Amino acid sequence: MKYVVLAGAALATVAAALLVGPANLPLADLLGSPIVWQLRLPRAVLAFLVGGALGVAGTSLQALVRNPLADPFLLGLSGGAGLGAVAAIALHVPGPWALPLAAFVGAVGAMALVYRLGLVGGGELDPRILLLGGVAVGALAGAITTAIVSLAEATELRNAFLWLWGGFSGASWTTVLVILAYAPLPLGVLVAAARPLDLLALGEEPAQYLGADVRRLKQLVYLAASLLTAAAVAVAGVIGFVGLVVPHVCRLVWGRLHRTLLPTAFLTGGILLAAADTLARTVVAPRELPVGIVTALLGVPVFAFLLRRWTVS
Amino acid sequence: MDGELILVLSGVTCRYPDAPRDSLVGVSLEVRAGEFHAVLGPNGSGKTTLVRAALGLVRRVAGRAEILGRPAGDWSRRELARVVGVLPQREDNLFPQRVRETVLLGRYPHLSLLGGMGANDRAAVERALVACDTADLADRWLWSLSGGEYQRVRLARALAQEPRLLVLDEPTASLDLRHEMELFELVRALVDAHGLAALMITHHVNLAARFADQVLLLAEGHAVARGTPADVLTGETVAAVFQWPVVISAFEGRPQMIPLRKKENRP
Repeated sequence: MKYVVLAGAALATVAAALLVGPANLPLADLLGSPIVWQLRLPRAVLAFLVGGALGVAGTSLQALVRNPLADPFLLGLSGGAGLGAVAAIALHVPGPWALPLAAFVGAVGAMALVYRLGLVGGGELDPRILLLGGVAVGALAGAITTAIVSLAEATELRNAFLWLWGGFSGASWTTVLVILAYAPLPLGVLVAAARPLDLLALGEEPAQYLGADVRRLKQLVYLAASLLTAAAVAVAGVIGFVGLVVPHVCRLVWGRLHRTLLPTAFLTGGILLAAADTLARTVVAPRELPVGIVTALLGVPVFAFLLRRWTVS
Repeated sequence: MDGELILVLSGVTCRYPDAPRDSLVGVSLEVRAGEFHAVLGPNGSGKTTLVRAALGLVRRVAGRAEILGRPAGDWSRRELARVVGVLPQREDNLFPQRVRETVLLGRYPHLSLLGGMGANDRAAVERALVACDTADLADRWLWSLSGGEYQRVRLARALAQEPRLLVLDEPTASLDLRHEMELFELVRALVDAHGLAALMITHHVNLAARFADQVLLLAEGHAVARGTPADVLTGETVAAVFQWPVVISAFEGRPQMIPLRKKENRP
């Protein structure tokens, strides 16, 4: 039932994204218009996929580090992506895919570094060190980014920053296909880890007594969630809030078991981001708002309402 | 008649990485179906390490641990969770959840990757809820429970695993008299009615003596004594292990310990 409702809402959101826009198409021309097929539809689908990926990544990371404040970008990935993008521009790497690829490489580099730091205590990932290591690696990447910015031509670097906060204006069917080919593997790994993730919320030792192979679980979940986030940041920049709030919204509404939580977080994250992107490109048309601003403006009131309902009951 | 041999520890020695000394030195133990074992000893005497060693969570330096005749290290965590239910001393509750959801976690080791909960899984959950007198609590939030209710719910979760062996690590710490007695009575009843084996770590010498069939007394990682409460809990041994003078007096055929006051302060 909940999936029917969510899928309906998802379709409605994408349909709304097709209908509105600065070009103000008459309804009759809609289906034949290249603006709809080549611009609005891939953009809405991409926003949906990225929002879904962030929702799932945030849900799993909160369970992994056992901290409800965890966000996919807390683990140093946004800093790494920013460094990659700025470095690509400073080094004049050519081609349309230079920025996304550089950002992806930067994010994966940060992920590898944080992962290595997380192993410091011995052969097993320590979630507390993952969190601290993520913050440290993020700060380091930020410092290097600022150093590059202060030494290079300001005008071209503005592009890097704008791109990082830029949202979905560069969306195309190619990007959608790249994500569709890339995302199923990490998503599948996380869905397969749904039940062990429920157990992990009890703590590592209790989870083992209930049958979870905690050591392998932590590695798989960290890598899969980080790779999802790295892809999201590569195609859409850093979009905060979705990965933090969507898991909480879904937990409050549908309970905390990950078999329900992960699919609902995917759909809810997708709906939130597709709707936010539609608003971002229409409310101040022909200019655009950064989509992260809209996700925060939309998400915070919903979150506050749910929190209140939850604490009252 | 002896029950089936569930857990065997033989000469087990353990040391944590970087620890200055062994946490457990040459400890042996045999737990059979239908037996209630209590592990007694002061803080830091190796009680929890004993459980971790038995379940393959800490590496053994020497000795062997077997569960149902199979070395503890050969069991996957999932297989082990179908045979042994554990109530660890500490666990977190990161996100709010209801009692039934918590008990349901006990079925996880029995579920396949893609399959859902079957009728027998739901039946096992209901049986566990009833057995622990928690059926009325099923729809309550976990955080709204009292300490005694919470421990009974965790016991129900372990029972939902349908284990052969229950391991309880200080389950009555911070419980008041009634809830403490209820928990001991419940474990005893489960052992008697279902032929479960129980291994309980506790600080309650007197309740262990009243309820348990066998007692293992640990001090600084060594097994000081092992056997029936009457054999193990003599005044001399207990005083030496807990480093406090006591007298032992019999009640209903079981030894009961009374700690003495310091001579100079006695009225």
